Amino acid sequence: MDGNERISRLLLKQEVDEFLYYEADLLDARRYDDWLALLADDVRYWMPMRRNVKVDDLEREFTREGRDISWFDEGKQTLTRRVRQIQTGIHWAEEPVSRISHVISNIRLLEANPSWAEPAEVAVGCRFLVYRNRVETETDILVGKREDLLRRVEGELKITRRRILLDQNVLLSKNLTFFF
Amino acid sequence: MATTRKDGYRPGLVDISAGQVSREIFVNEEIYREELERLFARVWLFVGHESQIPKPGDYFVSGMGEESVILCRDRAGKVHVFLNSCRHRGMKVCRYDEGNTPVFTCPYHGWSYGTDGQLVGVPYFREAYHEKLDRSRWGLVEVPRTYLYKGTVWACWDSAAPPFLEYLGDFVRYLDLTLDGWDGSEGGTEILGGIQKWRIPCNWKFPAENFCGDSYHNISHRSVDLVGIGPSGTGRRDMRERQMARRLQVAFYERGHQTGVYLFPKDQATPPSYQHSPEVSEYFAHCEEERRKKRGEWGRLIGSPGEIFPNTALHPRQPRTIAVWHPRGAHQTEVWRWYVVDSAAPQEVKDFLRDYYIRYSGPGGMTEQDDMENWNYAHAASRGTIARRYPYSYEQGLGFETENYEWQGLRIPGTVMDITDAKSSEHNLRNLYRRWAEFMEAESWGELATWRLARAAE
Repeated sequence: MDGNERISRLLLKQEVDEFLYYEADLLDARRYDDWLALLADDVRYWMPMRRNVKVDDLEREFTREGRDISWFDEGKQTLTRRVRQIQTGIHWAEEPVSRISHVISNIRLLEANPSWAEPAEVAVGCRFLVYRNRVETETDILVGKREDLLRRVEGELKITRRRILLDQNVLLSKNLTFFF
Repeated sequence: MATTRKDGYRPGLVDISAGQVSREIFVNEEIYREELERLFARVWLFVGHESQIPKPGDYFVSGMGEESVILCRDRAGKVHVFLNSCRHRGMKVCRYDEGNTPVFTCPYHGWSYGTDGQLVGVPYFREAYHEKLDRSRWGLVEVPRTYLYKGTVWACWDSAAPPFLEYLGDFVRYLDLTLDGWDGSEGGTEILGGIQKWRIPCNWKFPAENFCGDSYHNISHRSVDLVGIGPSGTGRRDMRERQMARRLQVAFYERGHQTGVYLFPKDQATPPSYQHSPEVSEYFAHCEEERRKKRGEWGRLIGSPGEIFPNTALHPRQPRTIAVWHPRGAHQTEVWRWYVVDSAAPQEVKDFLRDYYIRYSGPGGMTEQDDMENWNYAHAASRGTIARRYPYSYEQGLGFETENYEWQGLRIPGTVMDITDAKSSEHNLRNLYRRWAEFMEAESWGELATWRLARAAE
């Protein structure tokens, strides 16, 4: 990587950081329509379940996208419906609304195509910690890894693909009425 | 009836004739401990599906009540269910969810067991035990009763319990509504990969009674109905087929099983459904036709939620699922859910259904999310010293049950409540608690298998 490339990568890293923090702010401020606008029309949003399997059988750790049952296997249309459901005001699982904070960290740029200087797409890895507190004392803490594919559309970054790997086997939350 | 006996199990907790059930049975920890003994150690429980363990050495770790069990196929192909606990010092011999293995080796002291449960390896057998340990007596604890039915695997700890099919009685025909193909082909179903497991902070009987046929909780799901996830694009389900049918609740008093069903009119085709996808719509139209041909009058019947007593929930109509409400203390439930599709359905149909299932059911399901909120806070608000003094009401439709129900030439087995006009009743919920109280009182299966007593008296 020459000096120019390294600078391009650094600028991209800064842009991606700010994008992901901005996205987290939108979710935590319950600005769901603005959040939806960050998703590409062909977005894939997938959160597999995780099995306890032997170390030599780890290809079976995750349920398969588009094949098996998962926690989420969504496109933009269904994500939009989930937002609309919260907005009805009678989605009892989110009424009263939850207090949620997304803490995003360990952000790493994994790949940019075609180049760091002119990236049409960039693959990003990060950790998430989603804290949900609702009603009086009900509290969930969900931690895991995320792999995002971001695409530049008319100068703006859009989320094209999100793979959410939650570090839980038996889900310890009664429901998943929020986004990762 | 046993439930009103003054000298019986905690009189007054379950009063079916008045349609009242005490909150104590949901929140009292002593009653909970008695349930583990008197209920979960005596009933038939769903533990998995044969397709999860197709090959010798395949295993799936399941649960019965609070306990972990291993469902496994031995080298000779026989299916076993073992307590997942080493006989030497109790360590789990398997902490994986599923896999294939020649032996289960305890990681604590190294005792190992064959897939038939036999103790096959004991470290220092010669030196420390002087070959005196009788290994034939120290195999894995095996669940004495298992039964395979159309791919499903059932198990029961009580050797005195009636065989599985007798435990079901005629209810087996309603279980078939979940396990047969939609076209009526015997056992023509398979499960999708991935068993959902999650925790809900409520007593296990909240989800159990809901799935017995709580036909009253429409307000719970109003938000998803407004948004629309149904397979034809509106509501949470397709409704046209239901609107032409008789809507029935069916309870088996002697056995504690119950379900909802929809009974279609004679000589009238089922209206189209699944209209978001022409291929899926065509598939189901074809299946409807086939089923009516294969099953005759019985083919006019489709299922809605039901339950094999006490905690195996059936959701026979898409989203087709089997759920188990595992007790995890009086105040917590762990749900395990298997998703069912027709084996013969084209891949596109299976994909469509999987998408719909995820959208509807489970923690991410736009319908069930709201159920879990209700169960959670109903339980929480029933724990108080004062709250427990006030029973829940199960009076809906009390006294309007029908024996020998028949409509347009089809007689329906079980005691039936026709709620086509009434919209709702608590007939099936009463049945759950009627049987629950009998189990909590009875000392043995001799008292519980009342159908045998009736037969003997004849």
